[in-house]
This record gives sequence, C-alpha cells and structure tokens, in this order.
Amino acid sequence: MTDIAVHLLVLILLPPFLLGVINKTKAFFAGRKGPPLLQTYRDIAKLLRKGMVISGTTTWIFRAGPLVTLAAVAMAGLLVPFGASPAIIAFQGDLVLFAYLFGLARFFTTSAALDTGSSFEGMGSAREATFAVLTEPALFFAFLALARMSGSLSLVNMLRVPAMGLAAGTTAPLVLIAIGLFIILLAETCRIPVDDPNTHLELTMIHEAMVLDHSGPLLGAITYSASLKLFIIGSVLVDIVAPWKTGNPLMDWPIFAGELVVLAAVIGVVESVMARLRMNRVPYLLVSAILLCGSAFILLVR
Amino acid sequence: MLSIELTMAGIVVVAASGFLALLPIRGEGGQRLAAAVLVAGSGLGLAGAIGAFAAPMPPALDYYWLLPWGSFSVSIDPLSAFFLCPVFVVPALGSIYGLGYFTRKEEGRKAGKLAVFYGLLAASMGLVVIARDAVLFLVAWEVMALAAWFAAAIDDDRPEVRKSGWIYLIATHVGTLCLFAMFALWRATTGSFALSPLASAGGAATALFVLALVGFGFKAGFMPLHVWLPGAHANAPSHVSAVMSGVMLKMGIYGIVRMTGLLAAIEPWMGSTLLVVGLVSGIAGIAFATGQKDLKRVLAYSSIENIGIIGMGLGLALLGRATGRPVWTVLGLGGALLHVWNHSLFKSLLFFDAGSIMHATGTRDIEALGGLGKKMPFTAAAFVLGAVAISGLPPLNGFAGEWLLYLGFFDTLVPGGPRGIEAAAAAAGGLAMIGAIAVACFVRLLGAVFQGEPRDPGRVAKAHDPGLAMKLPMVMLAAACLVIGFFPGLAAPALEAATTAWLPVGSMVPHIAELAPQAWIGWLGLALAAVVALLALGMRLHPRAEKAPRRGTWDCGYAAPTSRMEYTATSFGQSVVRLFSFVLWPSRREPRIEGPFPPESRFSARVPDPVLDRALRPLFKSSRRWSSMVRVMQQGQTQLYILYILIIAIVLLAAGGTGVPR
Repeated sequence: MTDIAVHLLVLILLPPFLLGVINKTKAFFAGRKGPPLLQTYRDIAKLLRKGMVISGTTTWIFRAGPLVTLAAVAMAGLLVPFGASPAIIAFQGDLVLFAYLFGLARFFTTSAALDTGSSFEGMGSAREATFAVLTEPALFFAFLALARMSGSLSLVNMLRVPAMGLAAGTTAPLVLIAIGLFIILLAETCRIPVDDPNTHLELTMIHEAMVLDHSGPLLGAITYSASLKLFIIGSVLVDIVAPWKTGNPLMDWPIFAGELVVLAAVIGVVESVMARLRMNRVPYLLVSAILLCGSAFILLVR
Repeated sequence: MLSIELTMAGIVVVAASGFLALLPIRGEGGQRLAAAVLVAGSGLGLAGAIGAFAAPMPPALDYYWLLPWGSFSVSIDPLSAFFLCPVFVVPALGSIYGLGYFTRKEEGRKAGKLAVFYGLLAASMGLVVIARDAVLFLVAWEVMALAAWFAAAIDDDRPEVRKSGWIYLIATHVGTLCLFAMFALWRATTGSFALSPLASAGGAATALFVLALVGFGFKAGFMPLHVWLPGAHANAPSHVSAVMSGVMLKMGIYGIVRMTGLLAAIEPWMGSTLLVVGLVSGIAGIAFATGQKDLKRVLAYSSIENIGIIGMGLGLALLGRATGRPVWTVLGLGGALLHVWNHSLFKSLLFFDAGSIMHATGTRDIEALGGLGKKMPFTAAAFVLGAVAISGLPPLNGFAGEWLLYLGFFDTLVPGGPRGIEAAAAAAGGLAMIGAIAVACFVRLLGAVFQGEPRDPGRVAKAHDPGLAMKLPMVMLAAACLVIGFFPGLAAPALEAATTAWLPVGSMVPHIAELAPQAWIGWLGLALAAVVALLALGMRLHPRAEKAPRRGTWDCGYAAPTSRMEYTATSFGQSVVRLFSFVLWPSRREPRIEGPFPPESRFSARVPDPVLDRALRPLFKSSRRWSSMVRVMQQGQTQLYILYILIIAIVLLAAGGTGVPR
C-alpha cells in the first residue's frame, strides 16, 4: 500500500526535476550558471495560472490533444515498476498497452498540431509520425527479447530479469537492448541528436514545432507530459542498466531516484557534446536501434 | 431449432428487398420500403445467427436443387454464425445510410437499380457463408461478385468508374477460376461436392491450399492480388464501398478459414506463408494508403492493411494447428476473427464518413478540402473515433483485436516450441510498424480533411453535417466500436465457439480469458476516459482558460497567411513515402531551381500502384500489340469464322487420334 502511494507520488512529483538536471548539465558544459534545478516546476506552475491565446483556426482537437496525451502517458506510468514498487497495475500483455498508450498520445499530439494549419506544426507532426514508424518496431524487438529472457509478458517480470544477475547468454542481449532503448529514449523524448528541445523555429524541429500554438495551461500540460515521458521510458532503461535493489524500501527509493538523476545527467552530456543530426540522417540512427534490439532478439532465440 | 430457417428467410427477404424500390411509388417511398424490408430481413437473419451460436449442434438443412451436380445443403456452425453477423449488420446500416446518401431525388433511376443489386449482394454473402456444397457455394459466390460489380459501377456514365469496374470484373473472375480448379480438385479427392471435413487429402492438400489462397486472396485483397480493390472502392457509392470493404473482403477471409478448417493435415509452411503474405500486405498496404490523395483510395488501401493483419492472425493459427499449440490457434484465430468484426465496424464508419464529406463538398480529393471540422462537427468527431479505432489504439476495439494477436506472437517465444518458430514472434515487430504507419496515415487524413483552413473555401463554405438517415448508422457503428473497446470480453465466447468449429472435432480450446486478461483492457480504457474527462473538467473550471481570445495561428509575424501555406497531405505523406520508397516507387516531378529569378515551375508527387500501373498495364498493352497480329485472319464474314472452327475441330480430331482400332 505504501509502495503504491510512493509510486504515485514519485510519478507525479519527480519528472520535472529531470528536465532541471538536464538543463543544469548543459549549462555546466556551456560554462553558464543555468536555471535552478527546480525551474521546470516553476514554469509549469506559472503556465497553469496563466490565460491562453487560441488560434481561431483550431477545433476541439487542439484543446483535447495535450489532455489526452497527459492522461495516456500517466497511465503508462502505472504499468512500469519504480524503485521498491512493482508496477501498480500488472497483467499478462500489459507491455502492448504500454507501447500503444504512447501511440495514442502521439495520435493526439500530432493531430492537435495539424489543427492549427501552420506549416511548422505540419512539418513537426509529419516527422514525429514518421520517426515512430522506426522506433515502434525497435521497442517491440526489445520487448520480445525481454519476454524471451523472462518467460513473461508483463513489464514487471520482464524488467526483473536484469536484477537476477548476468548469465552468460543474457549479457550481450541486455547490452544491445540498453543501447537500443537509449536511442529510443532520445527519439521519443525529442532530445539531441534527434531533435533539439531548445529551438522552436528552425525548420528542423519536431516536438517544439508541434506545440508552437499552445499556451497557458495547455502548454503546461505539454511540458509536464514531456517530462513524464522522459521519466517513464528512463525508468525502464534504468531497470535494465542498473537493476540494483537492496530489498529495503528506504534504500531502494533513493537509489532509484539517484539513478534517474544520473540518467538525466548523461542525457545532458549527450546533448552538450553532440550536434543534432541532419533530418535525413535521423532514420539511420533509428534503424540502428531496430538493428540493436533485433540482434538481441536473434541472439536469444538462435 | 428454428435458427437456420430464420436465417434462410432473412436471406430471401434481403434478396427480394431491392425489387420493392422499383415499384412505382412516388417520391422516396419505394426506396424507404426497400430499406425497411432489408433491415427487417437482416434482423431475421441475425436472430438466426445468434440462435445458431447457442445451438448444441450446428443446424443444417437440405433443399430441393434443380442442377444435376451438387445439392442445396446449408448449415450454420459458429464459424458461419460469426461471419453472418457483419453480413447482416453492415448492409442493413448501409441501406439506412443510402436513404440520405443515394436518393431517387438526386440520382434518379439509378437509386432503384442500386437497391436491387445491393440487396442481392447482401443476400448472396449470407448464402456464401452458410453453403455446405461446392456448387452452391460457387453459385452464391458468383452472384455476390456480379451484384457487387453492378452496385460498384452504378455511376457508369463516368469513364473512370467503367474502367475500375472492368478491372474488378477481370480480377474477380481470375480468382473464381482458381476456385473452380480448387473445387474440381476437391471433387476429385473426396468424390463429392459436399464441404465436409476431409479425413486425409494426401498430396492434394498442397494444391488445395495454394488454390484457396490465390482464389480467395483475390477477393480478400492480399498484395499483390489487390489490383482491383482501390479503384473499385473509390468509385463505388460510399455505402457500397462500406459493404465491399467491411464485409465482401471478409468473404475471401471466410473462404480461407473454411477451407483450412476442412483440410485434415495442416503443415507449418501453410501458416508461415499466410503470415508472410499478411505482413507484406499490412506494411505495404498502409504505406500506400499514406501516399494517396483520394480520400476513398486511402481507405481502400487501409483495407488491404487490415486484411493483412487478419492474414497474420490466420497464419499464426495455422502454425498453432500444425504444431499442436492450441494457445497460438486460439489467440491467432481469435484475434483475426475479432479483427474481422472490428474492421467491418470502423471501416464502414469511415466510409460512411467519407460519403458525408463527398456529399457535402462534392470531391474526394483531400488536397481540395481542409477546415471541415468546424462546418461538420459530427462528421469530424465520428472520423476521430474511427481513426483512433482503425489505428489500433486503446481504448477502442481495434486495440482489443490486435492485442490478442500480439499475445499470440509473443507466445511463440515460450521455450520448447519447434525449431525456428521464434521467427514468427518477429511478426510482432512488423505489427508494431503497421500500427505506427496507420497512426501517421490517419492523422494525415484527419489533418488534411478536417483541420486547418479550407484550401478550397468555395467547396467548404457550403458544407454541413448530413441528415439523420446518414447520422444514425454512424452513431450505431461508433457505439459498437466503443462497446467492443471497453468490454472486449463480450466477444470471447463467440471467438472460442468459432475456433472450436474450425478445429477438428474433439479438439480442446483454451479459454481466451485465461490467456488474455481482457477485463484489464476494458477497465484501463474506462479509467483513461475518466482521467481525460477530469482534465477537461479542470480546463472548464480554469478561471482564465475559458476566456481565451481567438487569434490567428502564429506564423512568425507574417501578416497575410493563406491556406496555400498550409502543410499539404502530400507533404505530410512524403516523409513516410520516402522511408518506403523501395516498395512504393513514388513518382516525383521536381523542377530544378536555378538562378536568382527562377521561372515559374510545378512540382508533383504521386504514388501509383506498382502492380497495376507498372506491371499489369504495360503487360496487357504489349500483349494487345502481339495479339493484334492475328487480326489478318479477321474478315468480317461469319461463315468464314465458322469455317475456322471446323478446320480447328478436324485438326484436333487428328491430333487426338492414336491410330489404334476402336
């Protein structure tokens, strides 16, 4: 019971902090002081209080988009184990629901963007929709490999495999999956080298271009969903890369939070040392995610 | 047991219904009478189908039959009953829709003509599903094919309709030829035309399976046998497109399911063949859909994708049967069958939606639309629901079906299966890719048609939502999508019964509920809807959000944005089309831009069908050139032609002679 409460609390409260960590890391590399770690919370709080300006071109889909996205992503967060808590909801086949909830979020984010009739937003949503064509199969190949290792179709059990220690047959696939998932994470959360979260206007942007016309509480919901998505996919990755558990909840929760902060810092480092790929190069990166996860699958079933 | 009598009566009433539209009643009376009778007949038939589900033994009947071969024997086992449901539901809703869409006032005498063939089409599909004799089956099949031809080519004053009609007619008859060969082989193997389970087909099993796959594959629209499908669906009246896509394609699926059910020995290669065919149709179908500019062509190509998904499920079921894994069978066949129902619901909804758009704007070209969402809020909302459902997203019915398939594919990973079977699990990755392209395809369609500013303001200004007759069927289909999405467990008994009927007598079928906790899907779907409602309420209560001022879309400060600056559907599709250019072979005409003041130039991009436009058309053109050499024998005198026949007959006689005395 306490685990469920902590799970929900962590899911609701921690995500914006990760964005703060990323920005702090990037500021450190750039030799700046950077915004405070808690800046994202302030931004969201400010946005929630503000009014909105809505384009006269839009329909209800524009307003529904961020809300459905938020609900779908949050629901996906109930299916993933965090720290000392197994997932709040776990059943045979929940991994498919997990992936498809992100699909639902994408449907509404991209169609809300098209609702404005702006070229920028059209371009962003076309790219978002196209790149998912490559990340989705990569994600499923990773799931196939994990399902093979665990003999289970529930995320909770699948993500328990790495914690059971590295057997000779599973080390290589796990490493491959971890790299593949990291690429998926960068693509899904619109980070460099796939997308640059700092620029709105260049013709090369994806996520930020899609949300140009959203303002006020809706923009707050979008920012929050983005951090939530980072947090959820990040925790899947952390469960694979660093499945350290002591069995004591008082230790496990801080370890889990610390790992996620490290992951955010790593993303910050990647963003600092890499340039964004040219848009027509991004599919190659994503195909390599399919190759990595697919190879892990083949190694396991050969 | 009255159920089979009820269904037969329903089929007869439905077949006769259309002729009532020819009665000399003034105004729309005849058409209304025909629709009412068709709905009543469908009600009878549906009641019979539901009764047959509950029957302990499949009800069967034999009628008097005039032909020298075969017999008029019909029966409804749960598999037939399962396919009877869409056969009776979709045409009935379509006939109500037709009252608003294809009226005598607007279409004149065509309305009565269409009603006749529409009724015959619906009735013949019912007969196809319950026929237990090869000859009867073929008669019903041919009536279906021809009725669909007359109904789809009803606007035969337009040349493109005639052209697509001919392509359909040729394709369907090539398919039927394969079926003739298959049933002839069946007769030779079993000694009768009766369609009853085969103890052992021996070497004929391979040929029977291949002929069934090709013959029924033409009707179902598997790639590359789909050539007739996009044109015929695009040019038919929308409620006929809905029946063709939602139900008639499924007759091809039914044929494959039925024939594989009758074969005694299923071999693994049959399953893997169907799995690969399904996967190719799925990915290529939806990728083609993303490149189309014709609203109904997009939907038609997406039907190919959905048929592909169904084929993948059937492939898994066959693999399960070949290797003795009932779990794969029940999840594969169950998922495929549930998708049969689901596709008949959401695809009909989308075709009705497309019909409303055409009715309101007079065009199918999505590049001429845009901004319809404000003018047609009901149509837009129905489209969003249909699009989410067809993309297989939770919480609607498309997800419930695909989820079973995913579970089946993942189950092939369980250690201990036959060697190499894990390759089937990789199909889950393919299914994920299909799902992602479907999202891109339908977001693109939604954006191009309903969102942004009108690209052709003249067309869109007058647009409005359709009347009650067209709305009501859409509401019912949308409700069905919601019910199956939120309560997927409701369909499980029907799926299990149909699977049991497909397997050899005495096979045990595991319960779907034990393999797939469908209740969770429903509960989480409801929870998701509740959270969205709460968030929407929060926005409603927000003190400042409600008073949000309306301004123009932000455009970098440019003062006079026009709809010509919008991202077009073609541009949106380009990024996906480019990813799949190795199968799509898109054609682009790109001007070279040179110098500081380049002259005016044009850019165009389109995705023609490679099989039809790049292979078959050139092939037929060159074959016409070669065969025109025979024209020298053409004299225009009948006597001479009969002389040719006589000469050939004598030559044949000589060639057949062996010189041995009789």
